[in-house]
This record gives sequence, C-alpha cells and structure tokens, in this order.
Amino acid sequence: MLSRVAERMYWGARYVERAENAARLVRVYDAALMDLPREAGVGWPLLVDICGARRLFNERFAGGGERETLRFLAADAANPSSIIASLENARENFRTTRDLCPTEAWRAVNELYLYGRRELPKMASPRRRHEVLSGIVRQAQQLTGLLSGTMSHGDAYHFIRLGRNLERADMTTRIIDVAAAALMGAHAAEARPDNTLWMAVLKSLSGYQMYRQYVRRRIRDQDVVRFLLHDPLFPRAVAHCLLELEASTALLPNHEAPLRALLRLQRIVNEQLPEEFNEALLHQLMDDLQLELAAVHAQVAAAWFLPEA
Amino acid sequence: MKISWSEYDPGGAWDELLSGPGRPRPHARRLTRHLAALTAKQLGLRQAAAERAIVEMGITFTVYSEGQNIDRAWPFDIIPRVIAASEWRGIEAGLKQRLTALNLFIDDIYNEQRILADGRFPRELIETSSNFLRECSGFRPAHGVWAHVCGSDLVRDADGTVYVLEDNLRVPSGVSYMLENRIVTKQVFPELFAHQRILPVDDYPSQLFDTLASLSPRPLDYPEVVVLTPGIYNSAYFEHAYLAQAMGAELVEGGDLVVAEDDCVYMRTIAGLERVDVIYRRVNDTFLDPEVFRPDSMLGVPGLMRAWRAGNVAIANAPGAGVADDKLVYAFVPDIIRYYLDEEPILPNVPTHACVRPDECRYVLEHMEELVVKPVNESGGYGMLIGPAASRQEIEKFRRLVKRKPRNYVAQPVLQLSTAPTLVKNRLEPRHLDLRPFSLQGDRSAVTAGGLTRVALVKGSLVVNSSQGGGSKDTWVVEDGEA
Repeated sequence: MLSRVAERMYWGARYVERAENAARLVRVYDAALMDLPREAGVGWPLLVDICGARRLFNERFAGGGERETLRFLAADAANPSSIIASLENARENFRTTRDLCPTEAWRAVNELYLYGRRELPKMASPRRRHEVLSGIVRQAQQLTGLLSGTMSHGDAYHFIRLGRNLERADMTTRIIDVAAAALMGAHAAEARPDNTLWMAVLKSLSGYQMYRQYVRRRIRDQDVVRFLLHDPLFPRAVAHCLLELEASTALLPNHEAPLRALLRLQRIVNEQLPEEFNEALLHQLMDDLQLELAAVHAQVAAAWFLPEA
Repeated sequence: MKISWSEYDPGGAWDELLSGPGRPRPHARRLTRHLAALTAKQLGLRQAAAERAIVEMGITFTVYSEGQNIDRAWPFDIIPRVIAASEWRGIEAGLKQRLTALNLFIDDIYNEQRILADGRFPRELIETSSNFLRECSGFRPAHGVWAHVCGSDLVRDADGTVYVLEDNLRVPSGVSYMLENRIVTKQVFPELFAHQRILPVDDYPSQLFDTLASLSPRPLDYPEVVVLTPGIYNSAYFEHAYLAQAMGAELVEGGDLVVAEDDCVYMRTIAGLERVDVIYRRVNDTFLDPEVFRPDSMLGVPGLMRAWRAGNVAIANAPGAGVADDKLVYAFVPDIIRYYLDEEPILPNVPTHACVRPDECRYVLEHMEELVVKPVNESGGYGMLIGPAASRQEIEKFRRLVKRKPRNYVAQPVLQLSTAPTLVKNRLEPRHLDLRPFSLQGDRSAVTAGGLTRVALVKGSLVVNSSQGGGSKDTWVVEDGEA
C-alpha cells in the first residue's frame, strides 16, 4: 500500500472524528454553561482557549461573544480547527482515495460535508444548536459504521482505525480538560456546581449509561475521570482507543517504533493518575497526554508516511 | 409512436447505419430493426436508465475551467455505432501498420537517423520540433518500441473513405469510456447481445497489462507496474484510476516515486521502498523529471530520466515518443510507412498542407475560408480554425498567425464527417462523429475491436471533444453475415 494513500486514509478518518468530537465538545460546553452560575465567570472565551485558537479568533472577531465564538468554531472555514474545515479536509482526503473505499462511504462523507455547509451557519440560534450538532455526530457515526461494516479490514482499514482512535483519545482528554477548566473557574468564584458538570461530560461522550452500568456508583469526579481514562471497554475511553491502536498497529508492517510509543503511552495513562487529584493536576495530566498522543502520531508518520530513500 | 427510419435523413453526409431514409446498411440491419420495434418513449426510458447507470457507476470526466466542483457525468448516447467486421479487419491492419512504422521512425530519429541521411524526411523539421527531446538520443527501449499505446483519430468522409486524422502518441485518453460505454449498453440493450456476435472489448486492461509487463527490465512473472497520474485535478483522472484498478496496478503520483542512488525507481509504501519496473505514465514528457525538463514541475520524479536511460525502469510511452505525434510529421506518415516497411499505406491520410513549405503556405493563405487550419502542437481541438464556420476577424487573425510562424501550422480540407442516428429529445437525428481506436505495441501488437466513438451532440457541429460539448456512443464491430 502506498504511503500517500495510507496517509490520506488516516487523515480522512481523523478529520471525520475531529468534526464529530468538536460537535460533542461544543454541545457539552453549551450544556455546562447553563449549569454554571453566571458569577463563576466562565464564558465562551474559555472554549476558544481550549481549542488553542485565541490569536486567530482575536484577529477575526476581536471582542466577539457567544455568536461569534460559535460561528468561529463551527462554520468559519478560515479557522483550520472549525467543524466545517474538518469536514472539508475529510472530504478532500476521501475524494482522492475513492478507489479504496466503498462508494457509499464516499457518498456519506460528501453528504456530511454538504450538511455541515448548509446547517452549521444556523448554530447562532441556541434552539437550533443542539439539533445541528447532533446531526453532525449522527452522520459521522453513520460513516464509521459504514466503513466498519462494508470495507475489508485490510491495511487501508487499519489506517482509518488508527486515525479515528488517535483523534478520539485526543478529544476525550480535551473534553476532560474543559470540565477541569470550568471547575477551576467555578472554584475561584466559590460556587462549585456539584457533579452536574461531570454528568454533562459523560453525556457529551454518550457515556452516561455505560458509566452507570459499569461503574455502578453515583457520579463522582474521580470515578468519571478514571472511567474516561482507564476503561478498556468503553469506546471513547482513552484506554480503549489505545487498545484499538495497538491492535491495528501490530498488524501493519514496520510497526516496532509506533508500537513502542503506544506501549509507553498506555503505561502513562494507567499509572500517572494519583488517588486524589485536583483540577490543576488534571489539567496538567491532560496536557501531557496530548503531547504523548502527538508523539505517537509522529511515530506513525515516520514509520508509514515518510519512508526514506 | 414507433421509431420510423423513413423519417431519418442523413443528408449529404455518410451515415454509419443507413444509406438513405428507410435504407439501413446490411451490417446495421439487426439494430435498426430492433429499434424500429420500440416507441420513442421506450427509447427515452432506456436513455434515462443509461444516464442513471452512469451516475451510479461514477463515470465522470473533468472540465478544466470550472474551478471547484470539477467532476461531470459522462455524456452518452445509447444508440450504438456499428461497423462491419470485414471493414474493421482492414482498419485494424492499417492501424498496426501505422504504429509499427511510427515506432521504427522514432527509433531511427533517436539513433541512426537513416531517414534524414537518405533525404526522405526534412532534417530541419526534427531540429525545430519541440517534441524532439535531445535527452533521448542514443537510447534503445525494449523491443525498439517507443510508443506502446496509441489512440488514433479516424474520420469517414462523405464518400465513405476512412481517414486517419491524428496519431496520438503522447498520453492518449478515452479508453476507459470505451469500456464503460460497453458495460452501460449491455444493461440497456441486453437482448441485442443475445442474438448476434458483437466483438468484445473488455480484455483491453489485461492486454495493456501484458504490453506493459513485456517492457519490464527485470524478468519477473509479475513485474511491478504503476500508473503515474498528475493527480485528481487532471481531466483524465477518472481513467487513470480506472485503468490502475482494472490492471491491479498502483496509481501513483510523482511524490510517491523516488530514484535512489542505485538509479532504480522505488515507490514509497507502508512496508518501505518497493522497486518499480514499468511506469505507465499519464503525464507529459516535460513534467516527467524536474532534473532534466521543468525544474518547477511538482508532478515529476527527480532522476527518472537517469533511471530510464540506465535501463532500470521502462516508461510507456517512452519519453520523446511525441516526436512522431506532431501534425507536421503526420503529413509525412505515408512516406514513413513506405520508407520503413516498403508497403503502401492501408489507411489514407487526410490531405495536409504544411505551411512550412512556401508554395503550400501560399495556397493555405488564399483558401483559408475553405480549410481547417491547425497549430502543429495542440491537441483536444484547441486553437484551430474551421474556415467555413469562422468569422472574417477569426480568418484574418489566423492569416496573421500563419504568416508570422508558418512552421507552426498545417491545413486540411474540411471533411464532412460521417453521422449516426443519435437520440435527441426522444427523436433519432443524425449527428457527426469520429472514432478513436486504441493500439498497443510491446512484444506483440493489438488493437481494440472498435474504439471510442465520439459524437458532436450539437446539430451540424463537427467538434466531438468531450471538453467542448461532445458525447460518446458504444461502438460495435459485428460479423457481417450475422446482421
């Protein structure tokens, strides 16, 4: 399999997953804001910071509020991390690998992109917001299902699986980070919103029911974080994503270096969370995990996308 | 209302299916009889079914100037164009003869240059040709063959004579549409395939693979053959992907290939570098290797010419093969056939005036209103003048162009171009068409049975290029006795 084709598969899957997760992120933030007391001082600007896009936002919408933030994060093609930009990139990558994917998958990607272009600009309306974001999540899930159910699980599929799970693990750490950041803000105002926030986080990841079934405890921040990091069975938990990555990596040629990076990351995920932790430590740990995930990506790229002459 | 052939009038042109209103040609009788049993509405339904199939199969072509959304459905007419097998055998022999002679010519030009020394071809035409690549001199490709894939444009004049209009030896395209047209037609008229023998065309990809494999520098059962494409924005990208898939070859872009220190070509794969034996390239000569040709080219592979000259990789068509695909060289092809093969040409050329000769140039300038004037280095119907259809200003513009650079222009009489019944708003009307068969030459020669029929969908128009509003038809070669 050509390196270029492998790379496009990988990025195509990453961008679809990124669009889905960005939609989930905005959804949870929206819900969390409703639960936080106004005096907590947590507002939309924090979401821009979490996405690491403060400078670009200020250039494009200096002093903007809710409306501008949502436009920037969802429908602004000039923002490379917006949902629409991810959909556009996903489409471009799948377009050039159409011969390897089932035709329906290409059509689903195309439709998802067209849906985003049509609906995402309507997000400014708080009442439409949930519906539009859910539409993105649903169609992305549909594509994932199509690929897993109709595409041979050979090399090309493994690159899709790598891209999807790396992106998913990354976004789960960011969503945990959102909660940590919101709580830190709330702490400062001494108006801690109990555990409703963590419930919102679980719901944003479609993990509330699974948490109840498997953890069987009331919602408690420590347990939720552990569930989202360590659960080997929940598909959006970091540990599960890493197992998926490991399984696909082991089936590809030249897998030694990426596999080593993965095993190292699994160790960190399992060992670095202390019994007791506060939001600041959690924020630090999520930052570290994101850097480690970037290191895994670098190994994947070096092993398979950039063979040396 | 049933289809009535007595209302179909081909006018002054030669019609491929009927010799006059209500008079089908013998080889087309089975088809015309079948069509006459259908109503106009039924035909319309079958056309709609064909168009649906084309969208579902994703058969597209790409238009240059449309900016973002560049794929367009392939325009297709369901009424096949039928050729008698007895006539086809002559055309096939003529095409093989022509390609054989052209390959001997190219090999001679880049080596001994006997034809120049013997004064049978003007030396200055080679020396001033932009398609002559000095970098290729002294090289001998496998089997002495430079042009492995040739797409010839054939046209039929009003008296029924079939002429060769062009030999496309650089990166001829269209063969995938020939294959897809047949698949669609089988869905639209399955009953017609049951009752007569229509020569199959679907073995082309395997013949192409065999031709390419026969060029491999390494004697392997399964040499690594790749299709080199300029990428998704190229107008023929659909075809590049189609052929790669049909041959089981990798579809690569320039960046996928690398020439290592051993002067061999490798492709970058997830398992590391893999040696490439044969490159079926669909990029133009000057974009092949930025080290040799255009340093700004992003499409090519640095060092590719070095690897080719070292004999470590075969390139089809070979770099420099375009020297014989030039409208000036075209004028000499009958002489080239006589010189190398000592045979008379089986297929005639369209009479061609080369403006580089002063007396012919004078004639062209005086008769511009009656002639087709073509620049020698363009293809796809771009940049030409059709005298009878042109405005006074256009003719004056070409007069200036020809006077300024006579070497760059040739002129030909306007051919009537034959017609065939084409479905237009549920009615059958004559539309002009040409034919592009594809010939292969490696260790053996092969010609497709028929080829791609391109049809000008606009009434009276002679321009059949898909980039300029043309469509296509399936082409049937049928045994005469069975029709």
